Amino acid sequence: MSTDTQTAPRPTWLGLPPLAVGLLVVVLASAYAWLFLHAESQVVVLVLLAVAALAAVVGGRTGADRVLATAMSQHSRAMNGAIVAGLLAVIALFATDHFPLLMLTTVLLYMTAALGLNIQFGYAGMVNFAGAAFFGIGAYTAAVMTTQTGLPPLLILILGGVMAALIGFVLVIPVVRTRGHYAAVVTIAFSVLFKTFLEVNDILGGPQGLMVDSMKILGWDFNASPVLFGVEMSFYLNYALLGAALAVLAFVFTRRLERSWVGLTLDAVRLDDTASACFGIGITRAKVLAFTLGNVMVGMAGALYGMMISFIAPTSFTFSDSLLLVAIVLLGGMGSPWGTALAAFIVIVLPEKLQIIQEYRFLLFSVLVIAMLLFRPDGLLPRTVRAYIPGWRAKP
Amino acid sequence: MTRPTTDAVLEIDALSKTFGGVTALDAFTMSVRRGDIVGLLGPNGSGKTTSFNAVTGIFPPSGGTVRFDGADITGLSPQKVYAAGIARTFQRSRLCLPLSIFDNIMIGNHGRLTKGLWFNLMRRRAFRREFEQGYEDARALVRTFSTALADRLFEPVGALPMIERRRIEICRALISRPRLLLLDEPSAGMTHDETTQLMDDILDVRGRIEGLSIIIIEHEMGVIERITDQCVVLNYGRKICEGPYAHIAADPEVQRAYLGAE
Ligand SMILES: Nc1ncnc2c1ncn2[C@@H]1O[C@H](COP(=O)(O)OP(=O)(O)O)[C@@H](O)[C@H]1O
Ligand SMILES: [Mg+2]
Repeated sequence: MSTDTQTAPRPTWLGLPPLAVGLLVVVLASAYAWLFLHAESQVVVLVLLAVAALAAVVGGRTGADRVLATAMSQHSRAMNGAIVAGLLAVIALFATDHFPLLMLTTVLLYMTAALGLNIQFGYAGMVNFAGAAFFGIGAYTAAVMTTQTGLPPLLILILGGVMAALIGFVLVIPVVRTRGHYAAVVTIAFSVLFKTFLEVNDILGGPQGLMVDSMKILGWDFNASPVLFGVEMSFYLNYALLGAALAVLAFVFTRRLERSWVGLTLDAVRLDDTASACFGIGITRAKVLAFTLGNVMVGMAGALYGMMISFIAPTSFTFSDSLLLVAIVLLGGMGSPWGTALAAFIVIVLPEKLQIIQEYRFLLFSVLVIAMLLFRPDGLLPRTVRAYIPGWRAKP
Repeated sequence: MTRPTTDAVLEIDALSKTFGGVTALDAFTMSVRRGDIVGLLGPNGSGKTTSFNAVTGIFPPSGGTVRFDGADITGLSPQKVYAAGIARTFQRSRLCLPLSIFDNIMIGNHGRLTKGLWFNLMRRRAFRREFEQGYEDARALVRTFSTALADRLFEPVGALPMIERRRIEICRALISRPRLLLLDEPSAGMTHDETTQLMDDILDVRGRIEGLSIIIIEHEMGVIERITDQCVVLNYGRKICEGPYAHIAADPEVQRAYLGAE
């Protein structure tokens, strides 16, 4: 009877309590990300990769991973704050460098999009091979609206998501009605059709593409280089900060969704739709909801991406890019938002840093995903059992 | 044979189901009185599961009607049948194995699950209270079956042995306080002692939930004799006998059906 009142043993690592271990990991991970984005020599990149692999193995063997997990659940606020601070620190350290900031922002936007796919695929079980198309819908919406209308760009960012969701409704009937492979084929067809449609459509610039105007918030033009303390910063700093805000928002949204009855409903629909129906769950409703929410996230990420790179063409949104987004979800672990974040970093940054694999990156990621499905099917950071309230313990 | 139908909670009338050329259920008629436990018997392939599926809307019947609490529920969707107050378990366990015990039980608690997105995402304080209430409900229910299990609600179901999974499946069906519970071979794969224990728990639960009626598909005759008020025997999709256990056990046609199947 008294098991509940006993204090559960607090795990430690090298004598350190969970919070200390957690903060240490955040500091080390931020430093690692900075070093990795900074590295140019191939030798340094390879050494850093070896260090990461070693750290993962040692961390797993010495139980650091479990202590870290304890920190994440028992001190969720402190940990989340530390992670955001770490991200901002890395951005700040690159404040004047174009290329690392561009890469980092791309990671953040791909992460946002992949979190959207994660809601569809990881939770509701609807694989979407048209991620790049919905990303492109967001970007093209931004292109047309920033150049043709006087709407505030922040609103256009949201409209990019709304547009992706609306066009997603065209797909929703075949995707929801068919199961498994058929639904996948429908999205593949849409992905291919989307690119062809852009190429033959002169209003949308045809194969040459369109200009996208910059993000502006209350007269703050994101394409102008900000000057702080007399130093001229990279204009990508603006996009990195907004990209970070969007990614954090998408992350919190996904997390709360998972830790709610809605997340449970989506899981039930994915795992057993017959049993779900027998307990009153509206299958179609749940799937339409997941598909729509996911597309909004993908579309918003695409809209900001378009504003950042300021010029978009059909070749930016191909079926291969859709595969890349699905690969991020699979690599990170289905339904695991932290996994998605990690995998987005790996999938975007690694090919830029390792020249050997640049040409073969699709091949490499295909091999990686297949190896993952064979040997570690739950991904790099597997999803754990749902904790509705982080750190919650049953009252005795 | 004819019983007054005024207090019947479920009335199945001439229910039929054909799959291609196979008649799985042939003009099947039965009724269940409020508070009764009815045993549904018959050799394998005699249409027992098919009758559950046709009642719960897994597929529409080929003919006949189903009335529940006086309302016609023939051919309604599974969601509407559930909303009317009928919950079930499945012959081949249909739990969500990667999810926790708590998650699986809450799937059966659809009244809570229909709250909108805004409530779930933004009203986290209210959500927390609801979660805690759900936890108390689920824990209390699981306790009637196993106190040890009640302390492990956040463990994945996939790691549990079959007997525990069966219990959880019954809890999932009961958490919404249905008026009719359909149990499809709940003791499949259990030892004799485990079966006895499970049936005690089912009787216990029936005593606690006012007016709960149960139809149970079960092969062990000792169990049927002990827990049922009425029995219905199917063979090749047709009802061959009904009545209290003593009556059906003495029926020559029932004996022939079972001996023939053995
Ligand atoms: N979904 C289905 N499709 C085709 N035939 C089915 C289906 N479900 C059941 N049957 C057939 O209907 C008959 C009755 O099956 P069932 O109701 O499962 O029997 P019981 O539960 O009494 O063992 C069997 O001949 C079975 O093969
Ligand atoms: Mg059966």
